[in-house]
Amino acid sequence: MARRSRVGEGVLSFMFAALALVAILTPAQASPNDAAILAKTPPKLLSEYGFFDDLPAQKPAVGVLPFDVATPLFSDSALKYRFVYVPTGLSATYDGTEAFDFPVGTALIKTFAFPADYRDPDKNIRIVETRVMLRQEAGWLASAYVWNAAGTDAELKIAGAKVEIESVAADGSPLAFTYAVPNRNQCKACHAFNGEIVPLGPKARNLNHDFPYAEGAQNQLARWSAAGILAGAPDPSAAPSVPHWRDEAADLNHRARAWLDVNCAHCHRREGPASNSGLFLTFGEPEGVTIGINKRPVAAGKGSGGRAFDIVPGDPDASILLYRVESTEPGVMMPELGRHLPDPDAVSLLRNWILTLR
Amino acid sequence: MRTLLLRAAMLASVSLAFTSIAAAEIHLVDAGEGAAERLTEALILAQPGDTVRIGAGRFELTEGLSLDVDDVTVAGAGPDQTILSFKGQTGSGEGLLVTSDRVVLQDFAVEDSKGDGVKSKGSDQITFRNLRVEWTNGPNEKNGAYGVYPVSSKNVLIDGVTVRGAADAGIYVGQSEYIVVRNSRAEYNVAGIEIENSFKADVYNNVATHNTGGILIFDLPNLPVQGGHDIRVFDNQVVDNDTPNFAPKGNIVAIVPKGMGIMVMANRNVHVFNNTLSGNATAHVLIAAYPNDYDDDAYMFVPRGVYVHGNTYGDGGNAPDGEVGKTISDVSGTPVPDIVWDGVTTIPEYFSWTSAENQIYVDEAEGTTFVNLKMISQLLLPWGWWPDTDISGYKGSLPEPSPVKLPQDGGA
Repeated sequence: MARRSRVGEGVLSFMFAALALVAILTPAQASPNDAAILAKTPPKLLSEYGFFDDLPAQKPAVGVLPFDVATPLFSDSALKYRFVYVPTGLSATYDGTEAFDFPVGTALIKTFAFPADYRDPDKNIRIVETRVMLRQEAGWLASAYVWNAAGTDAELKIAGAKVEIESVAADGSPLAFTYAVPNRNQCKACHAFNGEIVPLGPKARNLNHDFPYAEGAQNQLARWSAAGILAGAPDPSAAPSVPHWRDEAADLNHRARAWLDVNCAHCHRREGPASNSGLFLTFGEPEGVTIGINKRPVAAGKGSGGRAFDIVPGDPDASILLYRVESTEPGVMMPELGRHLPDPDAVSLLRNWILTLR
Repeated sequence: MRTLLLRAAMLASVSLAFTSIAAAEIHLVDAGEGAAERLTEALILAQPGDTVRIGAGRFELTEGLSLDVDDVTVAGAGPDQTILSFKGQTGSGEGLLVTSDRVVLQDFAVEDSKGDGVKSKGSDQITFRNLRVEWTNGPNEKNGAYGVYPVSSKNVLIDGVTVRGAADAGIYVGQSEYIVVRNSRAEYNVAGIEIENSFKADVYNNVATHNTGGILIFDLPNLPVQGGHDIRVFDNQVVDNDTPNFAPKGNIVAIVPKGMGIMVMANRNVHVFNNTLSGNATAHVLIAAYPNDYDDDAYMFVPRGVYVHGNTYGDGGNAPDGEVGKTISDVSGTPVPDIVWDGVTTIPEYFSWTSAENQIYVDEAEGTTFVNLKMISQLLLPWGWWPDTDISGYKGSLPEPSPVKLPQDGGA
C-alpha cells in the first residue's frame, strides 16, 4: 500500500501520518491496491484493485494514467480504454523497439466496450470486459474480468467467456455477434515472447503522439517521463513513431506495416508463437521474403485459399495474407484469436498496399 | 471438477530430494454440464506434477484448449471413450495446443477441429500416446491441416496414435529434433506421416494406408529451422495409398500424387529400410529435389545421402497420378519402377562428382526395379540423355544413425 503509515518513528512517521491525514481529508480519492497487484491469486473482483475512482465511468484513481496507441489491434470494433499504473517511486525502462521494461508492481489495464450504435459511439456504451496485466516477481500475470449485467463491477474469468453483443453498425445495419473473452492461456497466445508473457501495446513507436489528458493534450512519452513512470526516454522528436493506420495523410507503406505490426506481429515474429511459419511482420522487418513477399506457406492448410504465396506483389487477390485477413472462418481467419467480424477498412488498406508492391 | 489429493501416499515413498515438488493432484473432469469450461479451467490451473483426467463421454468445445504448465499428464478413458469434439469451434487455430515441457497426452480423441488437431509448440519431452485425431466427414479440403502436430519441439514421442482425414499430414513433425513416431496408424490423410525440417527421427512400426502419400520426409526453404537430417524410416507398412489429393493448393503436399509410398525430398542422411510397400499406384519410393524456385541462400534443395535397402515391394506404379506421376512415367513408362530418383544434383556436381556421403544408395532384393530420371540432364542436355534403370550401379551403403533415445522413453 503506497500510503500505509506506521506509528512511532520520529520525523518520518510524522510525515507519513500527515500524508495519511491528507488522504483521509481528500474525498473518495482511491489509490491502487499494491498487495492485490502482487497477490499470487488475483482478486475475484476488478474493484478490489482500486484502479478507478469511479469504476463504471472508468475514471482512474490517483497514479493511474490513461493512454492510447497510435494503431490499435482490431477486436471486433470494440472501444478500448487503456491505463497504466507504476508504483510510486518506480519507473519503467525505455526501449526503442520492444515494450518498455516495467518494474514489479506495474499494472496495465485495458477495458473493452461496445456502443449501442456506432453512428453515435460515445453514447450508451456497454462495458464488456477489463483485462489486467500485472508485473509480479515471477513475470507478468494476465487475467480477464467480465462485467456484470448492471455494469457495476467485473468478475475474474479464468476460463474466458462468451458475451452476446447487439449493436448498430456505422452504416445503420444491425450488428449481432458472440464476443469471446479470452481464457488465461489465450492471453498468452498473443502476449508471448520466447514463451514468457509480455505487454504488447506500450512500445515507444505506438505511444509517441499526443493524448488528450484532462489538463490538455501532451505527448505520451513526455508525459510518462514527467510523471516519473518512464526512465531513459529520449525527446519524443528522437523516438520512433508509427502513424494511425487510418491516417490517409501518412505514408501507405507505414500505415500497412503499422497495422501488420499490431495485428499480426505479436505471433508472427522470431520470438513469437508463430515463429515456425517463417513469416515475420514486425514494423522493423526488412521488406522481402520474410514479410511474405513471394513466400510459400508452410502449415496453412485450407488457410492458403488455393493461393501459392503469402504476398504476390501487385496482386492482392493472389495473396494468402489478404485471404486470411478477409476471412471470418475459424481455421482460416487471421488473427486466430480475438476477431469474429470482418474489418473491411483494414482489408482495403492492405489491398492498396499490396498493389503498390513490386 | 473433483480433486483428489494423492500427496500422502506419493510423498511418503519419495526421497527428501523431491519434497520441494508440490503435491501431485489428479483433476477429474467428467462429461456433462459445463464440461467445456471445467476442462479449460483444469488445464489452466493444473500445477506441475498434476494429472488432468478426462472422463468418458463427449465434450463439445467451441474454443480451442491449451496447456501451458510443465510436467502435466492429460489422460482420457480411451481414444474411443473420451471424445473432444470441436465441431462447433468458433476460435483458435487448433483443438488442443501444448506450449509447456514434459507433457503426456494420452487416451482420448480430438474430432473435427477447425484447424490442426493436437499441436505442441516449443515443447521439450512431449508425448502423444494412444490418441485418435479424426475429421469424421472423411477426406475434405476444408478439414484441418495436421492431426498430431509437434512443431519447434524437442524429444517428441508419438506412439500408438491414429489420424484420419487431415488435409495436409496426419502425423506431422516440423522443425523439431529427437523424434520417435511408432506403432501409429495414418489413413485417409493427404500425407500419412510427414517429417519436415527436422533432425534425428525414427519412424517405425507404423501403418500408412489409404492416404494420398504414405510417409514424406521433406525439407523446405525459408523456415527458421531447415537442413533436415539423420532420419530412419523402417518396419512400416506403407500400403494402398489411394486417396486422391485433397490438399488446398499452395501447400507443398498438394504436389504429392495419389499412390505415393515413401517420398524423400531435400534431406540429408535418410535411411529407408525393412518397410513393406504395396498398392501404391504412382511409385513406392521417390527421392526428389525441391521442385519450386525459392529465395534462400541457406537452403539445400537436393537430397543428400539417402540409403534405401531391404524393403519388400508388392504391386505398384500401375497408375501414376497427377503432374508428378506424368513427369515420372513420361520417362520411365508404366508401371513405374519401385524406386524412383529424379537424378537432380547441384550443377557443379553434375560437371564433377558427388561425394560418397551425399550419394543415393539402393540395395534391394533381386527383381526390385529402379529408375534414375536424370532430370538435371534433361535440363542441361535436352538432346542427349536417357534414364538409368540399372539398379546395380547404386549399390553401396551409408553408416546408419544411432537409434533415437528419448528421456521420457527410458533413454538418455
